[in-house]
Amino acid sequence: MSESIMPSVAKTPSAEEIALIKKFLSDTTLFLGPDPEIMRRHDLMPRSEDEEAAINEVNDVHITAKIRDRVQAGCDEGYEMVEAMGAAPGAKWGDVITGVYTASGDLAIASAGGVLIFSTLVHHPIKFIIKNWMNDPSVGVREGDGFIHNDSRYGNVHNTDQSMILPIFWEGKLVCWVASTVHEGENGAIEPGGMPSMAETSFDEGLKMSPFRVVENYEIKRDILTFLQNSVREPKLQYEDMKVKLYACLRIKQRVEETLKTDGPQALIATLRMSMENVRAEVVRRIKEWPDMTSRTYIIQDSTLRENCVVKINCQLTKTGDRLIFDFRGSSPEFTNRATNTVLAGLKGMIAQMFLCYVWPDLPRGQAAFAPIEVITDPHSIVDCSYEAPNSQSLMSIFTGFTAAQHAVAKFLYSCPEKYTKVHAPTFNMINTFIWGGVSQHGETLGNLCADLNGMGHGARSDMDGEPALAPIFATMADIGEQELNEEEVPFLQLVSKKMTKDAIAPGKYRGGQGYTMMVATKDSEQWGFMTVCQGAKIPPMQGLFGGYSCGAYPLCKVKGVDVYDVLLNEPDKFKHSIAEIMNEQPFEDASYTTHHMGMGFEISKRGEMFMISQGAGAGYGDLLERDPHAVIKDIEEGLISEGVAEKLYKVKFDHNTLAINHEATKALRDKERKDRISRGVPFDKFIKTWNMPKPPSHLQYFGCWGDDVSTLYVGSPDITRDANKPKPNYMRHPKDVRIDELEARLVALGAMGDEKK
Amino acid sequence: MKVLMTEYLRIDLEKETWECRVCNHKVGSAKKSYKEGMLVYNRDPRDIHPPIIDPEKYRFTFSPDPEWVRILEYYCPKCGTQVETEYAIPGHPPLYDMEVDLDALKAQWSTREEVHEPVKGPEVVLGAGHGSH
Repeated sequence: MSESIMPSVAKTPSAEEIALIKKFLSDTTLFLGPDPEIMRRHDLMPRSEDEEAAINEVNDVHITAKIRDRVQAGCDEGYEMVEAMGAAPGAKWGDVITGVYTASGDLAIASAGGVLIFSTLVHHPIKFIIKNWMNDPSVGVREGDGFIHNDSRYGNVHNTDQSMILPIFWEGKLVCWVASTVHEGENGAIEPGGMPSMAETSFDEGLKMSPFRVVENYEIKRDILTFLQNSVREPKLQYEDMKVKLYACLRIKQRVEETLKTDGPQALIATLRMSMENVRAEVVRRIKEWPDMTSRTYIIQDSTLRENCVVKINCQLTKTGDRLIFDFRGSSPEFTNRATNTVLAGLKGMIAQMFLCYVWPDLPRGQAAFAPIEVITDPHSIVDCSYEAPNSQSLMSIFTGFTAAQHAVAKFLYSCPEKYTKVHAPTFNMINTFIWGGVSQHGETLGNLCADLNGMGHGARSDMDGEPALAPIFATMADIGEQELNEEEVPFLQLVSKKMTKDAIAPGKYRGGQGYTMMVATKDSEQWGFMTVCQGAKIPPMQGLFGGYSCGAYPLCKVKGVDVYDVLLNEPDKFKHSIAEIMNEQPFEDASYTTHHMGMGFEISKRGEMFMISQGAGAGYGDLLERDPHAVIKDIEEGLISEGVAEKLYKVKFDHNTLAINHEATKALRDKERKDRISRGVPFDKFIKTWNMPKPPSHLQYFGCWGDDVSTLYVGSPDITRDANKPKPNYMRHPKDVRIDELEARLVALGAMGDEKK
Repeated sequence: MKVLMTEYLRIDLEKETWECRVCNHKVGSAKKSYKEGMLVYNRDPRDIHPPIIDPEKYRFTFSPDPEWVRILEYYCPKCGTQVETEYAIPGHPPLYDMEVDLDALKAQWSTREEVHEPVKGPEVVLGAGHGSH
């Protein structure tokens, strides 16, 4: 509102008037959208009167330790139930969390396994229920109720994840909540599988469930269930997993009630509160031990999944005393019609995940571990997007945000005398897997993904290599599944699976863990397709650490005009087991061989056409000239690196027949390389005179700040900028329109447009 | 007292300097970026991440695109150790990646024993985790 139309002397309302105004606004709210008061806060709620009284009454640490263990065991039991019974592929490999939340909605105790990003997200919808439904006579919260939720704008990673939330009452009083969350996959979006990259508005993203009641008297309401089933491609999955989540919650409820019976509600309430406050205090203590410093880094997303461009995730991490502040200002503006934006809560959740999995894995899982840490962002940026912006591919921004945080944190940890994990280089951060959908060989309509996204290569550590294909960055305990079991349910085979992609490396004194090749081809369905949703085909999505290198780039390769199943039947010797051989040798006559960036929108595939990708490598650590020559030879023996590349990069001299190392020649090669570095390196002050440019290069479509000036954001061109604090729309053109324009310009230049009317 | 800050760098708190841990070279003032005392090389990323599929045939080859990203390699000017790398958009100013509050570092270490060998952190011991008891 302009100041000119304000009254010249504004009357300050009294407390009574303020209360009246608030009531008026509350009573007349037309739409209860995501509440900034809830969504922007990740710290613990203030200690309630009930909690204060409980803590005063029960302060025996032996009692609280016993109850905490029992509740923890209950959460783990619920987690295992979901993992064992859930129908969604995500449930089967551990893309799940269960937890017990305080009466105010904070997550006090979470399952030890699973996807810990949820640990800082599901409290948002619970707080929404508390604030809006608890006292609303048309809704209310009663014993036996269950609430469902998936919309990330109300607190979630993305809309594939669905939560079941139950209030727990004891003698008529709400004492806590239990919840179970699963990556369900299919949600009725414009592409199957729940994570559409083609979404240009939030209305393309499928189900948008704000928190609402779907269970009464512990039974799922069939009318609402039917509506939900009718809105997605997998109605049976929708039903089954709602039941699974409900019964997991009921089991946790049973365990909670057992403690209530033996120790009373005060002991439970005190335990939940103190579990969080103790963790929070410990995190503050640990932060104090870090050096006071500012670390800066940036990670580049090289596409929006629709087109290649340069999208900056800018991160400045400052530690001062007991404060730790992640400053993501300067990151790219949000895309108005691309799905790679994330809500702020998603970014925070992923950084919390980083601490819980990679920095302080000894801490109890819950919301408190991230509670004292601060995050700053620009409004309407790719890491803090608006309500209107699509965010179904938020993983792109929360994962690159994770990596920026992980890279910055490592530089603080090295000097700390007390460590809880080894310092390590960034872990690979893209979900290099196939999302699939269509009609199966059994006539079922399906939409989901391969668990190979969980096979990310891990970063090298300060004294050892990274593990190849270990686990996803969002869950250290997750499985990549059994492909043969999947193939019983889906109409495609992975013709090559889990074979390391040779030479797709992240070198260093300790190398990153490597990724493996996946080749898929449809069989037994004429209505089946794939999509891939990854960045990093032109620019690696990570940084190396302390002289180590990042991974390389990972494209999508397609072979069309072939039925590989006929080849395997009739000319099996033509089939090759590596992307390099198939693409370089082109063994199938008349087939077309093409490469693409990794943002493939859903594409129907014909029988026997091949789609080929590789999982990625974690980043390397340290100077590669310090790598033990024996480790280099071991990598050759294990098929991770070819002899030529090993020799060229690591400067190791060995016999190509026996792989015996010539240590003397190796030392000479490495000494020479160090001298060569000194002769080719340019002093920093001289280097920046020719290197530094005042603006982003004109040949790149660049988004984000340039250099240290975070007040100006470039929006796709060195000549188009935005004030970081003043949001503006940022529309991308349809890639096919761009391509048509390019081709028409060529026709015009050739004079081949004829007399086509405009 | 000297504080081990990275795999290859330490800070001499009395002299307020960055030092190379490999050759003891005085890199520069600890009140500035250590990079200012380094040699820099603008590396074509294809040297480190070689194409796996034929660049003559294909647009995407498993190599990063050298027109889109470069690798800045920072070398100790005395011993040639590669102290850090930075994957950079062409022309993007190098980052001041470790801006240390030297006074705070001195105060913090005034109550600590000097650490001569880096603390690696705990080992993951087989059988010591969940389900072992």
